[in-house]
Amino acid sequence: MANIGWKSIKGIPLIFTLIWIAGFAAALHFMDKSVIAFLGILFSIILIYYTNTSKNMRIILGAAVLLLIIPLVAGDNRYYMEVASQVGIYVAMALGLNIVVGFAGLLDLGYVAFFAAGAYAYAIFSTSQANQFIPGELFPLSGEAFWPFLIIGLIVAAIFGILLGLPVLRVKGDYLAIVTLGFGEIIRIIFNNLDKPINITNGPQGITPIPQPELFGIKMSTPFYFYFIVLIVIIFIVIANIRFEHSRLGRAWVAVREDELAAQSMGISLLNAKLAAFATGASFAGVVGVIFAAKQTFIDPTSFTLMESIGILVMVILGGSGSIPGVILGAAFVTVLQVQLLKEFSNFLHSLQQSGIINLPNQLDPSKFQRLIFGIMLILVALYRPNGLIPAKRKKNDLDAIKGSKYAEGKLGILSKLQGKES
Amino acid sequence: MLSILPQVLVDGLTLGFMYAVVALGYTMVYGILEFINFAHGEIFMVGAFVGTEVLLISDSLGALEGMNPYVAFVLTLVIAMALTGGLGVLIERIAYRPLRGAPRLVPLISAIGVSFLLQDLVRFTEAIARNEFYLNTPMLFSGSISLGVASIPTKGFIVIVLAIIMMIALTLFISKTKWGIAMRAVAQDQSTASLMTINVDKVIMLTFLIGSSLGGATGVLFSQNYGTIDPYIGFILGLKAFTAAVLGGIGNLRGAMVGGVLLGLLESLSGAYMGPLTGGAFGAEYKDVFAFSILILVLLFKPEGLFGEAVKEKV
Repeated sequence: MANIGWKSIKGIPLIFTLIWIAGFAAALHFMDKSVIAFLGILFSIILIYYTNTSKNMRIILGAAVLLLIIPLVAGDNRYYMEVASQVGIYVAMALGLNIVVGFAGLLDLGYVAFFAAGAYAYAIFSTSQANQFIPGELFPLSGEAFWPFLIIGLIVAAIFGILLGLPVLRVKGDYLAIVTLGFGEIIRIIFNNLDKPINITNGPQGITPIPQPELFGIKMSTPFYFYFIVLIVIIFIVIANIRFEHSRLGRAWVAVREDELAAQSMGISLLNAKLAAFATGASFAGVVGVIFAAKQTFIDPTSFTLMESIGILVMVILGGSGSIPGVILGAAFVTVLQVQLLKEFSNFLHSLQQSGIINLPNQLDPSKFQRLIFGIMLILVALYRPNGLIPAKRKKNDLDAIKGSKYAEGKLGILSKLQGKES
Repeated sequence: MLSILPQVLVDGLTLGFMYAVVALGYTMVYGILEFINFAHGEIFMVGAFVGTEVLLISDSLGALEGMNPYVAFVLTLVIAMALTGGLGVLIERIAYRPLRGAPRLVPLISAIGVSFLLQDLVRFTEAIARNEFYLNTPMLFSGSISLGVASIPTKGFIVIVLAIIMMIALTLFISKTKWGIAMRAVAQDQSTASLMTINVDKVIMLTFLIGSSLGGATGVLFSQNYGTIDPYIGFILGLKAFTAAVLGGIGNLRGAMVGGVLLGLLESLSGAYMGPLTGGAFGAEYKDVFAFSILILVLLFKPEGLFGEAVKEKV
């Protein structure tokens, strides 16, 4: 239905996209703090995706918007850069979870535990917290340590992923969901209580001040820098996602997702495939965790609750699990909804309340309606778009091209039998 | 240290029977649809709120004074069971039935959605009605029954007795009545059952009705026993009840009961003794870790549970 509509237009004309970008960029530049203009710019990424032009052109346009227009137009506005880097953090996480849920079909409800592992790894060792259990006054580290910690966070989270993956391999489907959920809760409770007997995580008080990254003596303390750090990480993760998707391992994941038994009998090692999925997904979350800790300069266990895991899962499923553009869209949409739209709406209601037009109890604050909105979104997506907003496309092999290629000179095996049926 | 043991055991039993009844709901739905009704914990929570509201409203109307507490309790229980049973059927109709036959993860996602929706809906309603969502339940029973070494509060005693009554009634229903037999038939094979003129949709509806009303009743028991409730009590308790169901062997009614009681006892014991035994290093705050570790260990080493049969995969 909707798809037929899209196909008959064959995408959006290039000129329309360009006018859209120029219009909203100008609007954002001249009107101060216009939420609509900012959302318009973010939305232009989707337009570019559907624009009727070559792939390279679309990549160039997208890069221009992300790397030039947003930083140039909104760069001196802390608030927009904050939202943009927040969106980026969640996009990166959702892309990590996409590997586990989307590609390998392993429903992971404890994903935020890996994020926490990365964040705590950086937080503990970059502040004086580590002095509590390592002798010698070696800590805190300077902001220069941020860069190696991106790798350390990755490794720590990957180890966590394998630790979780090992036992979990024996269960599947909805059992797996429950086990990962339990694991996530266990990790949160441990982080919450590990201030005794040895004070490792400082318990519910959390850890602060976490140093912000430094490069060649420049302190990167504003959201502007984080925007770029996150963007670079996202580019890496997207490339990794694409490469994995078409690799041998990626095809093994899809096979495991579709039918474990059949995959196993085709010679795929379930153990390796699942462990690799957990470790890869987790390692991305670990990197993002380090960035998150550095950006917030403060972490405590409340940032790593089940709600966060569910939120990231909503992003993946809403966008279309297994579909990279879909997951990016889902993450951006949910994050903007959460950090911007709901807050704006709350502020609006507050201002109404202050001027005495309406009287609302404090508990009805719309920014507290996360669960309701997540719940409705999950139900609606499950009922009406189980494959998400932008469903994953299956790569199709062109049989004629294979038959015409130089590999077809010898025996084609089963393909040769298709000859009659195909033509 | 041993002097508190009888009390710990009594507390553990009370908690355990509560887990057991909620676990029955999970097990019934799983036995028939092979699907974890994630929202079951929230139905329990709604039951607790309905019960509390009934008592609060009748208290403010003055109806509670002079009424026999047992009569009030039974009335509350009946209202809560009716409402939560209806809620369960409604949820099945809207969020699960259209998804029958979809890939297994899809109804699970929908169930997670329902559970979050219910949490906020209750919070929302209470925030409008009472301007707060942490409620204190009016207590109907205050005395306690002395058992020599331990004293068991009347409310705890009622929990245990009622839970046992509900379990026996359910077991009899499933094994003796026509509908119970239909349920077992549907659990075996839906399409064959429908060939035998069993209305599968109705049986599934009935399953949700019974399971949910049991969950709701446990909510009332919970609120009477612990006094304070909030919209988020359902999730963790539901998870633990699910653990109990898995521990006993999911799909197996007797297993759910034994699993629930066992888990309640383990939790109570670990809460009381973990601190002293480890010299204060790991205290009662780790008792949830304990419960979840049991879940993981059972799934790893005996996924069919204590009473379940190992299922061979069809190829």
